[in-house]
Amino acid sequence: MIKKLLGSVREYKGVSIKTPIFVSLEVVMECLIPFVIARLINEIQAGCEFSVIAGYGGVLVLMAAVSLTFGTLAGRTCATASCGFAKNLRHDIFYRIQDFSFENIDRFSTSSLVTRLTTDVTNVQMAFMMIIRMAIRCPFMLIFSFIMAFVMGGKMAWIFVILLPVMGFGLFLIIKNAMPIFKRVFKKYDKLNESIQENVKGMRVVKSFVREEYEQKKFAGAAGDVCRDFTKAEKILAFNGPLMQFCLYSVMIFVLSFGSYVVISSTGADLQVGQLSALLTYSFQILNSLMMVSMIFVMITMSAESARRIVEVLDEESSLSSPENPIHEVKDGSVDFDGVSFRYSSKSEKPALSDIDLHISSGETIGIIGGTGSSKSSLIQLISRLYDASEGTVKVGGIDVRNYDLESLRNQVAVVLQKNVLFSGTVKENLRWGNKEATDEEMKEACKIACADEFVSAFPEGYDTYIEQGGANVSGGQKQRLCIARALLKKPKILILDDSTSAVDTRTDAIIRSGFKKFMPNTTKIIIAQRTSSVQDADRIIVMDGGKINAVGTHDELLRKNEIYREVYTSQNKAGSEVDE
Amino acid sequence: MEKNAQMKRPPAKKGVVRRILKTVFRFYPVRMPIVIICIIFSAAVSSIPSVFMQKIIGVIETSWSSGDWSSAAEQILSTVAILAGLYVLSLISAVIFNQIMATITQGTLMKLREKMFNGMQKLPIKYFDTHNHGDIMSTYTNDIDALRQVISQSLPQLLSVGIVVTTVLGIMLYFSLWLTLIVLAGTAVMILLTKKIGGGSAKYFMKQQKAIGKEEGYIEEIMNGQKVVKVFCHEEECKEQFDSLNNRLFEDSRRANSYSNILGPVLGNMGNVLYVIIALAGGLFLLTGAENVSISGLAFSISVTVPFLNMTKMFAGNIGQVSFEINSVVMGLAGAGRVFELMDQTPETDEGYVTLVNAREENGVITECSERTGMWAWKHPHSEDGSVTYTRLTGDVRLFDVDFGYNENKTVLHNVTLYAEPGQKVAFVGATGAGKTTITNLINRFYDIADGKIRYDGININKIKKADLRRSLGIVLQDTNLFTGTVMDNIRYGKLDASDDECIKAAKLAGADDFITRLPEGYNTMLSGNGSNLSQGQRQLLAIARAAVADPPVMILDEATSSIDTRTEAIVQRGMDALMKGRTVFVIAHRLSTVKNSDVIMVLEQGRIIERGSHDKLIEEKGQYYSLYTGAFELE
Repeated sequence: MIKKLLGSVREYKGVSIKTPIFVSLEVVMECLIPFVIARLINEIQAGCEFSVIAGYGGVLVLMAAVSLTFGTLAGRTCATASCGFAKNLRHDIFYRIQDFSFENIDRFSTSSLVTRLTTDVTNVQMAFMMIIRMAIRCPFMLIFSFIMAFVMGGKMAWIFVILLPVMGFGLFLIIKNAMPIFKRVFKKYDKLNESIQENVKGMRVVKSFVREEYEQKKFAGAAGDVCRDFTKAEKILAFNGPLMQFCLYSVMIFVLSFGSYVVISSTGADLQVGQLSALLTYSFQILNSLMMVSMIFVMITMSAESARRIVEVLDEESSLSSPENPIHEVKDGSVDFDGVSFRYSSKSEKPALSDIDLHISSGETIGIIGGTGSSKSSLIQLISRLYDASEGTVKVGGIDVRNYDLESLRNQVAVVLQKNVLFSGTVKENLRWGNKEATDEEMKEACKIACADEFVSAFPEGYDTYIEQGGANVSGGQKQRLCIARALLKKPKILILDDSTSAVDTRTDAIIRSGFKKFMPNTTKIIIAQRTSSVQDADRIIVMDGGKINAVGTHDELLRKNEIYREVYTSQNKAGSEVDE
Repeated sequence: MEKNAQMKRPPAKKGVVRRILKTVFRFYPVRMPIVIICIIFSAAVSSIPSVFMQKIIGVIETSWSSGDWSSAAEQILSTVAILAGLYVLSLISAVIFNQIMATITQGTLMKLREKMFNGMQKLPIKYFDTHNHGDIMSTYTNDIDALRQVISQSLPQLLSVGIVVTTVLGIMLYFSLWLTLIVLAGTAVMILLTKKIGGGSAKYFMKQQKAIGKEEGYIEEIMNGQKVVKVFCHEEECKEQFDSLNNRLFEDSRRANSYSNILGPVLGNMGNVLYVIIALAGGLFLLTGAENVSISGLAFSISVTVPFLNMTKMFAGNIGQVSFEINSVVMGLAGAGRVFELMDQTPETDEGYVTLVNAREENGVITECSERTGMWAWKHPHSEDGSVTYTRLTGDVRLFDVDFGYNENKTVLHNVTLYAEPGQKVAFVGATGAGKTTITNLINRFYDIADGKIRYDGININKIKKADLRRSLGIVLQDTNLFTGTVMDNIRYGKLDASDDECIKAAKLAGADDFITRLPEGYNTMLSGNGSNLSQGQRQLLAIARAAVADPPVMILDEATSSIDTRTEAIVQRGMDALMKGRTVFVIAHRLSTVKNSDVIMVLEQGRIIERGSHDKLIEEKGQYYSLYTGAFELE
């Protein structure tokens, strides 16, 4: 896992290695400064010349300058390294997701992918920064201060040998007890926030059912639970500060009492006053580093989950890819299903599609009708190879779709998905998704066929109107029409509409279909619809039921022979027969 | 996305700090003073060792050359003993305040969360229609988290630093005025540097937040439309655009982090330089025998200089602390401002006094009763004569000349008049934006009418308590919102004391039983993420069941079956018919087959009813409805 993550360091390897080196040099200075200061104090105490003090001062300022230089360098390289690492990580995840097939996409929810790209990367970045900056700094500081304490204080430094385990053990206990609670409570906290979100979104429901108080009670329970756990964990963590203080104070008392004894009884031979204050500085550095080490440990453990989630995406292999020596040319718009079965995952019990044999010739208009869950969408998604058939072959233009270059195939087989989206940007920018080089005339033409030109031109800014994210500023029907226009710009050999006119009124729907007939007679058109009116003028209509083809025929044939079709038709036209036309 | 939104929202208002403190004190009137006393004591103790050190070094100075420990022992040990005693007390107070602080922090946050949530429940729908849901959520997550930092860390830290700095300053003055002045001069330089570097850091920090917002927005958008990206083979373009955003973010965050990383070494080493300057000055004073000015009247000596050096370090270190806290304080205060803003929103007002009660009818007289009789009545107290009248709840809804606009300068409904008699099915038909949903928003008083009257069983709905009004109306919306919990829990949402049997009966009525029993765990299947494991059609069936179990006399179905295919709809139609029987039903549907059998159909256009009548009548009239209905046949 770590190896996989470190693969994203790449061009920032240099700075990543430089950082700990700079940090180490900074630490050396930080540890030497108290040493020199101690000497200076001793000199002052011995009543030295001012020039000696000035000399020491010069050395100290120089050392501070060196320390500052390395500190600054380390700060900069560290920022570059960690931000660069995060950048590469995001880059890698995003690129990986772009190569996902539909099957891969189905496996991750949208929100989880967003979290992985944002929060999780930030967590890992923080951990990385900690590691290159602190994880070297702290142990190094710890050891170096330890050595210096011995150099300076001699046997006085033994106090640390006693205190370190005390502090270490204390920290260990704190972490060991607090961590599991934190892990648990963060999950609860996420749940709490989810339920708030549910509430914000569903406020109309809450208010309609007059459930305000019920929700308040429910929330108070959950919030109280989270609060109890958080308090428990924080109370344990709250011993951190006093523990540190206890150790520091112990050192202080020890140094002041035993230290004075050594100084006086040895008449300054074993220890001098200067060393006393240096010892105190070192004790602070030692204990502080130890505490930092424990914090780093906690941070790394906490970010491990984020790291795991990131690697999960990085490790996900795309289940679909273009073959070697792919075919780039799609001959015509014919489609053949030969004994096709399909299941969304090898684990699913029921196949989504089974025993599909279907032959569509180029230029035909095919309607598909069927209830929710009858796998209409699954059927058409195999054509542009959004999924691979589990058994049998799907052919386009007489050639197995698996032999095509994916991009060429999908450019020739345009699908207007059921769950369609527009992206933030102008109408033009959205339309150009279909064809990057589309001219204004071409766009207008496509929009005319899709009955979108009328309302787009009515916008004050016409084709330059800005579409908000998710197409929030156009109505459902307008969005669908724009999506159709976008697909038309591909000038595909096969056009598939997956319930793409559900929000368009029947009249406009009919105009769009007649436009298809008139302007793109050679394109194979496959139309999935809920309304029989949307498909009844198709050359053939396929009735899907439970993942199988129930019947194929024209409107009139099906109306006569097929029960399902008749039911659907009557459900929509029961009273229609009463209308005298 | 959220962070971006956070940036856009207004900055913290003044008085936020005071309000935070006030809030915390109100929540914990006893514990807060204890905490403060403990912090002050603890901080003071941590800053006084230099005094003791000065004393001890003084003793050492006089007796070290003799090497006679015993003569110095008493003095030294008694000093140390006092210090040790103070330390023990300080440790105790540190433990106490840390423990109490943990409770206070989490408790305050919980109470704030609850206050926010409870307040939010009372806000009018308008608030949710006009505020970004992401922003509201961000207040609960980011802003509360930032506030946590302020309460648990920054405020105690700043108090402690304040105490330490003042005490140390006092002690410094006790030792030497001249040296103190030098330290203060050095501190001024440090603050200046912090401001400069901190300013740079803040500038890029803001830029970074903006870049994050942009990038996250892009990520969210693309992830949402990932399948469309695949279908259009737009992967390369997306990668390219992402890279440019990603690089922008890298540049900004690298700069921001560089600045903040540099702040530490700069301040630390400034402290070192200050230390050297004090050492030099101290040495100089010592050598030249310059006269010292101090509270204690002590002359310059090694026992003054050495502790002073330690205090210099402490002083500089504490000033550094403040500069590190600044970022989180600023963020926390901005967050707190937004938390308070949400809490301060004006709740939905309700002047209604007519309530809904269980009733019994004996000899044509309606009397109130406590048990559930299946019969409901409006209890209408009259303030003039103190009498109470009861009106039977029947579901008669009438609108008279209603005008309405979501904002004052744009009217969306004009002169809407309609009568819905008990048991009638009234349908609204019209284009998006014609005002169909708006009418239902007015009936349940999500919004209040601008002009005209709405009467429910002859009572002006403004007189009816909102909760009771809404309880008498069952609403099924197009966007079904389900809640985390089992299928059963979700159905029971309509009537909290419904038995399992009642819920199942309602599900059967709504035609949902069939698919529910086919779920892996039937009625006990857990739903999460708004029922993301169900299809939109199934969610709608559940929403209908939820409304059915509430058994309201009036139902509003707003595109409630839009995602159920017509064949399934036809199958559930019998259940739906049974459900609608005996109720007043308002139906909004875009699919005409859904509304065809209504008693009366209202065709709306731009907020006006342009046609009304039964299906047959409207067809006969050959107006707008007719052309809508026959649109599909025109090409034949």
